Amino acid sequence: MEIKILKDILGANEQIAAKNRELLEKNKVFCVNIMASPGAGKTSFVLQTIKALKGKFKIGVIEGDISSSIDAETVAKEGVPVVQINTGGECHLEAIQIQNALNNLPLADIDLLLIENVGNLVCPAEFNLGEHLKVLIASVPEGDDKPFKYPLMFTTVDALVLNKTDLLPYVKFNVDNFVKTIKNINARAEIFKVSCTTGDGVSEWAKWLKSRIK
Amino acid sequence: MHELAITQSMFDIVLKQAEQAQAKKVIGINLVIGEMTGVVAQSVQFYLDFLTKGTLAEGALVNLKMIPPKAQCRNCQQTFELKEFDWACPNCKSNGVEIIAGKELFVESIEVA
Ligand SMILES: Nc1nc2c(ncn2[C@@H]2O[C@H](COP(=O)(O)OP(=O)(O)OP(=O)(O)O)[C@@H](O)[C@H]2O)c(=O)[nH]1
Ligand SMILES: [Mg+2]
Ligand SMILES: [Zn+2]
Repeated sequence: MEIKILKDILGANEQIAAKNRELLEKNKVFCVNIMASPGAGKTSFVLQTIKALKGKFKIGVIEGDISSSIDAETVAKEGVPVVQINTGGECHLEAIQIQNALNNLPLADIDLLLIENVGNLVCPAEFNLGEHLKVLIASVPEGDDKPFKYPLMFTTVDALVLNKTDLLPYVKFNVDNFVKTIKNINARAEIFKVSCTTGDGVSEWAKWLKSRIK
Repeated sequence: MHELAITQSMFDIVLKQAEQAQAKKVIGINLVIGEMTGVVAQSVQFYLDFLTKGTLAEGALVNLKMIPPKAQCRNCQQTFELKEFDWACPNCKSNGVEIIAGKELFVESIEVA
């Protein structure tokens, strides 16, 4: 006998994500999920964002990592509350882990929560966490063909940050084509070009993020 | 890559539905998977065999219906299959597209006894 089901496999994650969202909103916390491949500059970008907005918002951070706590320690030096999630081998963060992390953060004292997802361009795209914004960092050394290889990620995000633009003189990377390709598959994505090393372009991003929060 | 997480969620859904229907055994599981999700059929079956041991879904066969990525042109509304490295509309050659299929991930039905 066949039983029709038609149920979303990630439905359980979606339900918890919705609860996270509720909790965030109750505490007036704006939450940004930052995704990228390993080494693209997620932690550097979190640090730059903290520096740019520290005076305006009370910031908290969730660091997702497969095993280490190096990134969490780096971020904690900025004097913001940080919770570390070790996924123990899993290649992405799930809503349930964020639920636990939220319970360990002083939410009443946070306006802006930054989540550094696990370095990966495939899996995090499918797991909503309850965030308000999904941001993808692509970096110049990775090459300009990534949207074609990881279309799901590129079509899912609200903003795309092209990082390591200071390396453009040394790497074959066609910025115009890259921007055009992304606009083609994701019309609503806001695109920023930054260098976390020099700080170039960070203020445009910070200004836009600020406008989204208020 | 995340087939274990997906298989676990899928298994939870299947087991609940089978129990509700008071089935004695789950023989087959029909999934609909968009190709853009990158889910690998072999891995799903592998994890399922592991997760179902000793349950009424032990030995169940997974059947995957793969959905190729499809797009709709924002300019002329033509729908077409997305080919790797070529996302231009075959009709008007414009490049702006909306993805309309290929991200699916759901349990369509189960075969029970
Ligand atoms: N040249 C250059 N290097 C950068 C830039 N941003 C980050 N880096 C370097 O890239 C390396 C990785 O940066 P992280 O910020 O640790 O990257 P991540 O994405 O957090 O890495 P994982 O958490 O390990 O996946 C470090 O050596 C950074 O100094 C940039 O704008 N320009
Ligand atoms: Mg990092
Ligand atoms: Zn067209």
